[in-house]
Amino acid sequence: MDLSPIWLTLKLAAITTLLLLVAGLPLAWWLSKGRSFFKTIIEALITMPLVLPPSVLGFYLLLAFSPQHGVGKWLEHTFNVQFVFSFQGLVLASFIYSMPFMIGPIKSALQQLPASLAQASYTLGKTPWQTFKQVLVPNIKPSLLTAMVLTFAHTLGEFGVVLMIGGNIPGVTRVASIAVYDSVERMDYASANTYSLILFGITFLMVMCVFVFNKYHAKSPLE
Amino acid sequence: MISVTIEKKLKLYQGRQVLSVKRQFEAGSVTKIYGPSGAGKTTLLKVLAGLVTPEKGLITVDDTTWLNTYAGINLSPQKRKSGFVFQDYALFPNMTVLQHLEYATEDKGWINHLLQLGKLDKLTDHKPAHLSGGQQQRLAILRALAIKPKVLLMDEPFSALDPEMKTELIAGLKKVFTELNATALIVSHNPQELDGWADGELYIAN
Repeated sequence: MDLSPIWLTLKLAAITTLLLLVAGLPLAWWLSKGRSFFKTIIEALITMPLVLPPSVLGFYLLLAFSPQHGVGKWLEHTFNVQFVFSFQGLVLASFIYSMPFMIGPIKSALQQLPASLAQASYTLGKTPWQTFKQVLVPNIKPSLLTAMVLTFAHTLGEFGVVLMIGGNIPGVTRVASIAVYDSVERMDYASANTYSLILFGITFLMVMCVFVFNKYHAKSPLE
Repeated sequence: MISVTIEKKLKLYQGRQVLSVKRQFEAGSVTKIYGPSGAGKTTLLKVLAGLVTPEKGLITVDDTTWLNTYAGINLSPQKRKSGFVFQDYALFPNMTVLQHLEYATEDKGWINHLLQLGKLDKLTDHKPAHLSGGQQQRLAILRALAIKPKVLLMDEPFSALDPEMKTELIAGLKKVFTELNATALIVSHNPQELDGWADGELYIAN
């Protein structure tokens, strides 16, 4: 039984969650403050993966980062980096595809905090960054955990987008969801069942952890 | 001396109205602000703190211009550093009583003095969720005083206190205000609350 798809999936989910946390926190903060047409466009783009077929996103990423075309060609020539059929391509696709799962809950939580919290901090002489770090983020911990778990779990279950940009290369891009599909194609139901059970177990445990941790903080554990 | 001339449009359910204030406040004075709900009392305090910007206005504190909409001057709330007591207290749920004060100042002696003034010295490790309404309100007042402000803006600061505690706290605050030579603007709905303390009144009408 080859367990490399499971490890690869966990590695991909961990890296994607970490990267999205670092990039998503400031972005969600920016989006939570006021409204403008530009922000609406950015928000719509971030939300697109929720409604767009994964294969469509994967197709455009494949075109954009293909070594034969524009950006992909430039990246390969300048930095010797190739996103198509590589692990970094999976990370990029997952980053884009899971963005709404990280940014949505954080933005909502920040918007639900009373405006007077940040205002009180400003009157004490604190900068917006100090306020964000010491007042706002510590008070949205349950939503932060929810966002991280949703992002991680969503990355575990990605199929279409990773298949399009990464293909099915064992040890490199063959993640668990693709391994399940591949096993079923080969009529190897035992392997498909093992991969599926492991994925089911991990996601169930994670969601349970969120429910337990957020029990005292949120009305609904996934809010 | 604080000199205020402002005009700020208010968005109300019934329509729009303009908050117009032209007034001077002596240094070290205490002014009671009162008037009907929705007249703009809280907005006035927020304009003074730099949290809300009026359409037109000029605010000077001693020799410093805080706001001059005609010259494009608008000091940030961080630079104005006015002590602000919010009507909803705006306490930080993640911080204990002591952490609230340490967030505002590093002066340990001043922190201890304030804790005794607000009778919170036995509750330093309590978070707001584990404080009563009156204790929360006192913490909000102490936090505003922690930065030793020259201007204090207080929005209904005594509404949750019992009469005995209120009398005791006001007596303590009088001393602190004198010590800091702070100019205070206090929004209050209680007609007798500031009797014998406030030097002046400002009525804001609808």
